[in-house]
Amino acid sequence: MKKPLPWHIVVFLAPALLIYAVFSAWPLIDTLRLGFYTTSETGSQHFAWLANYQMLLFDSDWSESFWNAMGNNVRFFLVHMLIQNPLGLLLAALLSMRGVRGAKVYQTVLFLPTLLSVVIIGFIWQLILSPLWGVSETILTAIGLADWFQPWLGQEETALYTLSMMSVWQFVGIPMMLIYAALIAIPDEIIEAAVVEGASAWRIFWTIRVPLILPTLGLVTILTFVGNFNAFDLIYSVKGAMAGPSYSTDILGTYFYRAFFGYQSQLGSATLGAAVATLMFLVILAGVGVYFFFVQRKLQRFSF
Amino acid sequence: MKNIRLTQGALIAAMLAAGAAQAGTLTIESWRVDDKGLWEDVLIPAFQKKNPGIQVKFSPTAPTEYDSALQARLNGGTAGDLITCRPFDKSLDLYKKGNLEKLDGKPGMQNFPASAKVAWQTDDGKDTFCMPMASVIHGFFYNKKVFKDLNLQPPKTIDDLHKVSDAVLKAGKTPLALGTADQWESSQIVFTGIGPNFWKGEEGRKALIAGKAKFTDPQYVAAWEEMSKWGPYLAKGYSAQTYGDTQNLFASGRAAMVAAGSWDIGYYNQQGVDFGAFPPPVAKAGDKCFISDHTDLGLGVNNKSKNKADAQKFLEWVASQEFADLYTNKVTGFFSLSNHLIAVKDPVAKQMIDWRKTCGSTIRLNAQILNRGEPNMETELWTVNSAVLNGKLTPKAAAERIQNGFAKWYKPAK
Repeated sequence: MKKPLPWHIVVFLAPALLIYAVFSAWPLIDTLRLGFYTTSETGSQHFAWLANYQMLLFDSDWSESFWNAMGNNVRFFLVHMLIQNPLGLLLAALLSMRGVRGAKVYQTVLFLPTLLSVVIIGFIWQLILSPLWGVSETILTAIGLADWFQPWLGQEETALYTLSMMSVWQFVGIPMMLIYAALIAIPDEIIEAAVVEGASAWRIFWTIRVPLILPTLGLVTILTFVGNFNAFDLIYSVKGAMAGPSYSTDILGTYFYRAFFGYQSQLGSATLGAAVATLMFLVILAGVGVYFFFVQRKLQRFSF
Repeated sequence: MKNIRLTQGALIAAMLAAGAAQAGTLTIESWRVDDKGLWEDVLIPAFQKKNPGIQVKFSPTAPTEYDSALQARLNGGTAGDLITCRPFDKSLDLYKKGNLEKLDGKPGMQNFPASAKVAWQTDDGKDTFCMPMASVIHGFFYNKKVFKDLNLQPPKTIDDLHKVSDAVLKAGKTPLALGTADQWESSQIVFTGIGPNFWKGEEGRKALIAGKAKFTDPQYVAAWEEMSKWGPYLAKGYSAQTYGDTQNLFASGRAAMVAAGSWDIGYYNQQGVDFGAFPPPVAKAGDKCFISDHTDLGLGVNNKSKNKADAQKFLEWVASQEFADLYTNKVTGFFSLSNHLIAVKDPVAKQMIDWRKTCGSTIRLNAQILNRGEPNMETELWTVNSAVLNGKLTPKAAAERIQNGFAKWYKPAK
């Protein structure tokens, strides 16, 4: 006898599937499609194979700034990996120690910037760092380091790192919370057994806790990667779509914005923008792919 | 019960009919968010006094989003009836796509000189698609009190400018309020503001279009040379100074001069600064001066508008003496482009518009045609000019970068 179609499953899946298809899958597929088209002067679009990609990757007008944005984005990511995530781990480790006074308060305070709007973050930091009326110079003068003050947001050498640090300040709460949740989930018996065996706190941390939270560290890494390569708002709110000085803070998000929407007298092109978006998608896909095939699989053996 | 239903039905029908009558509302698209109050309280009521029954709505979008939002609305058929036009290629692009109506010979157009219409014409000058509304003039403001205290005169020549700046520097104040964080000032106010004196205004601009001159020629490099000397005169950390910072710096009296445009007059008046204006300094005393008198705002009719007749009436009014007077005197620092004689009431605005009598007017160097290719010259100029002011790029390298980018795509018309 033929099994009847499990209608109830279809009915239960349909709403989620529909929303996913309409708002996620279809726009993505259409973006991929649009990347193969070009726009003519009269606004009509026609199929052009890989013309957009050839322009983005091999025409020096576009490719130089594309690789510049890519390089900056990698640096932006590295700052987060080297500062934000270790800092999140450190804070989580401190907070998960027994008997920390006011741990909840610290948690809340450290997580608070994450809840603020990027526009506010950008504005506050611009004020703090302003060479004209910012408090940073006053503070540095008070501790005798007035000579160290620089217009950090205005220099080609420092602007990107300053912005990265602003972003770290804002988002450090997320790795902290994720790692904290993983740390307190480690069963007490394991730690107690180690203490009885005479292991130092340092040794317990590195040989017991860290291996047990590796899957979470992996997750934090991938979230940072995806978040950083999709970043746009902070740069845009502080430096605008031109990502100055001399494109030194240009990342893929701002590069995409200029290609898609245009800027000033540069006309935007939806098709070229779609090609940039596709490249960004591929970069992120590759990163996530590497993570899943080479890291995630190994990690699973450690988890309990 | 049935009666109530009938009354309801009648009411709904009446409301629908009223709604249909209301559909005659004219909507104006603009990026001048700052002028919303002025349009709603002054300009539109003045228009309605002459043309009762026409509803007008001023609906501005933030300047950075205006072009893309407008394009999206035009494509979707939801754009307003009247469209504020950016000068040159942005609007030409709209016209080519069939979004704007041809305005030649329409009532009111005869009130504008040919030079004002250039910004909204096809390259051959045959089709005009926006009515010129206003221009802005670039120059410098100086703080009268600071100048008086230090016994200084507004500089006339480049040498004067340096002398004045040195004197202010000695007195412990910032000579010139100017920042490079937002980048556009470096190009639109500084480079294309002081530059015309070096490249002789229209002569230099047209020579580039005709292919008779290069950016690497001395008259253009000289503008960058001058800019490269300004670093010491700017506030400490000027590379992170935004336009808002610049405005505050001058308004608070901490800077003696500011590189500005006429659109700032309203702001500084509001802040209560006692200030005057001087045109970009010339190389030698007695040289003819040139100013950047940039045609900035036009008004066009949406080709798909359902109220073209009313839109025309509005345009006709925009071309009138009344509008020119209201706009010039209420939106301080935006100067009407029509032929009407208008008494400018604000003293600084009057000073600036009077430069037209002695100086040659030109527009921003790259506004016409030069912005058309890849790499885009406007964005390149922002980057390059900021880098020159920041001391990161030599004048020669700046000229070469712009010229190379330009030569890559531009073939002058024979």
